[in-house]
Amino acid sequence: MEHLWEFLSLSDPNIRYVVLGSVLLAASSAIVGTFTLLKKKALVGDAVAHSVLPGVCLAFILSGVKNPIYLVIGAFVTGWISLVLIDFITKRSKIKEDTAIGLILSVFFGIGILMLTVIQKSGNAAQSGLDHFLFGQAASLVGQDLVVFSGIALILMVAVMIFFKEFALIAFDTNFAQTIGFPVRALELVLTTLTVLAVVTGIQAIGVVLMAAMLITPAAAARFWTDKLKVMIVLAAGLGAFSGLVGAYISYVAPSMPTGPWIVMVISIIALLSFFLAPQKGILFRMFTQRKFQTQMLEENILKLFYHLGEQSDHQYYQARNIEDITKKRPFNLAKLRKGLKNLNQQGFLDYSEYGWTFTNAGKNKGQRITKLHRLWELYLTEYLRIAPDHVHEDAETIEHIITPELEQRLEEQLQYPRLDPHQSKIPYQD
Amino acid sequence: MEAFWIIAAGSLVAIPCGLLGCYLILRQMAMVGDAISHAVLPGIVIAFFISGQREPISMLLGASILGVITTFLIEFFHTKARLQTDASIGVTFTWLFALGIILISVFAGKIDLDQDCVLYGEISYVPIDLWITANGTIMGPRVMYIMGAVFIVVLLFIIIGYKELFLTTFDPKFAAASGISVALWHYLLMGAVSFTTVGAFESVGAILVVALLIVPPATAYLLTENLQKMMLITAGLGVVVSFFGYYLAAWLDGSIAGAMSLVAGVLFAAAFLFSPQEGLLTRKKRMAFATNKDS
Repeated sequence: MEHLWEFLSLSDPNIRYVVLGSVLLAASSAIVGTFTLLKKKALVGDAVAHSVLPGVCLAFILSGVKNPIYLVIGAFVTGWISLVLIDFITKRSKIKEDTAIGLILSVFFGIGILMLTVIQKSGNAAQSGLDHFLFGQAASLVGQDLVVFSGIALILMVAVMIFFKEFALIAFDTNFAQTIGFPVRALELVLTTLTVLAVVTGIQAIGVVLMAAMLITPAAAARFWTDKLKVMIVLAAGLGAFSGLVGAYISYVAPSMPTGPWIVMVISIIALLSFFLAPQKGILFRMFTQRKFQTQMLEENILKLFYHLGEQSDHQYYQARNIEDITKKRPFNLAKLRKGLKNLNQQGFLDYSEYGWTFTNAGKNKGQRITKLHRLWELYLTEYLRIAPDHVHEDAETIEHIITPELEQRLEEQLQYPRLDPHQSKIPYQD
Repeated sequence: MEAFWIIAAGSLVAIPCGLLGCYLILRQMAMVGDAISHAVLPGIVIAFFISGQREPISMLLGASILGVITTFLIEFFHTKARLQTDASIGVTFTWLFALGIILISVFAGKIDLDQDCVLYGEISYVPIDLWITANGTIMGPRVMYIMGAVFIVVLLFIIIGYKELFLTTFDPKFAAASGISVALWHYLLMGAVSFTTVGAFESVGAILVVALLIVPPATAYLLTENLQKMMLITAGLGVVVSFFGYYLAAWLDGSIAGAMSLVAGVLFAAAFLFSPQEGLLTRKKRMAFATNKDS
């Protein structure tokens, strides 16, 4: 607890650098990542992240010092080259984009590793800490680094604000942007440059290996909570910043822990929770609505069946039916059928006695309505879409559960309250 | 002798990786291969921790399980949460890889594994890491046995399942219609990829295995249209990459795995420019020739 207080109070200048650094870096990459995610180019960030390593090493070999400005320039150059090469290979050969990404990523990273090992064996004392670029070590951020990296982060955020409308357009509809005369090519170049910049700023805290996660994961998590681009960007940045903070704290408390993997772990947990729990888009919500709809369908099908049975037995709708009568007419899963019958009984649509299950008044009305909707829809399909009568049943089976009272009324008006469906069955109206 | 063992070990990794890589590329799943090679890390670390040593069976098992879990998760997020595929891949593998690195840091000192080993393997230790039986007989480099076994399993998998892999790769609908389970072969292939990455993990590290999975097959893809020829060329490239990679690394005194990916990259660039059918420069030359003849 003492640690946490000391950490959050930012009284120690070193901690201040680490915290501010991690938060800025994580947030700025999340912002750019939102656009690359929406452009379905998420994995390109992975390629750039790996490809900056040879640049960093080359800058160090050429300059001999670990000056952040040189390293950033080196990283920027090779990161940019990698993107150009991916584009070039995809356009000029039969190699597909995913292969090109994996190819450039692994070759560039391999060259980087080769350079790094050569540097490590060269005996240059200044090289120590260069390998922090691999997995990130926020604790090794010093004042000078912070100035450079936060400078870049600021440029990034300002650029996104200036080009917000343009980026939004090319993220969602490149063709449209082209048609109305946007310089799409140039804008994509700007976005590419910003992606590289985001990676370059992130490497100190997160490391090149896991940098891709900072572009992809916050944006993917934010996507589950909102459909508004502005909200998504702010949310992604916030989640990114939060995970940056937690990651920095963990590696502050336990210095043997690399910062990058912890930041990624935190943001990944947030993302996984979002995938499962988010309202509307989350897995649980989807499963819940699906289950609800399935129960509704089952219950409505049972009521419809009771109505059909009534029609067949000379309109004796209030006769008791047992399970055998029901399954003879339509095969149900027995366990589900029993559960459906029980539910309907509780809702007051069916009565239960020793002779079996019987319609209540409300139950008959509902069964009748479903039957009516089914037959109205069949008629609509044959009348208006000219579909053969023997092809319309399946479709009606689904739609009968969805039609709202408003639609129902429109259908009746359009078809002028018809009496018979295409199979010459009577369409039952409420008296 | 040292050079021989390292080059042989490199080839034994590069060939099965490349053979499986051919299918990954043709199925446009190169990045899934990349994801798996990263994501098996926690499986290997946990197996390492439980068995307390480099016990190959548990490592192979751990990695295969994680590989299949990865494939499943990518599919699951894509179908159940409607997450776009690239994001689904990106989120899944970075998460599992981060978990692996964290586990290594947590177990640091308790297991003989470090981040460097994950990044670029320990292929230079192959000749000194010997398998010595209980009565003291020296059986040669230990890793060779593991990789030899992986190599044979992958080879058998590809030979036995050739028809099924071929059909599910090029015409999944026809395959399904002829009663071949597309999903089953998908998971089998992914299982094989994860299985292979263990052998690769010991020698070139979890990340550079991607270079062996993707680059030689992509190079071969530019040289031929025939799958069998593509696989033969890939295997040949694997040996060439190991050979020149070793000597380049020895000359520069750097990582052998890094040098191998550099060589693989150079070979790809050569094929990209000079391939008889597909090469950028060959095509240009042919065009120039054609226009000259016309005028």
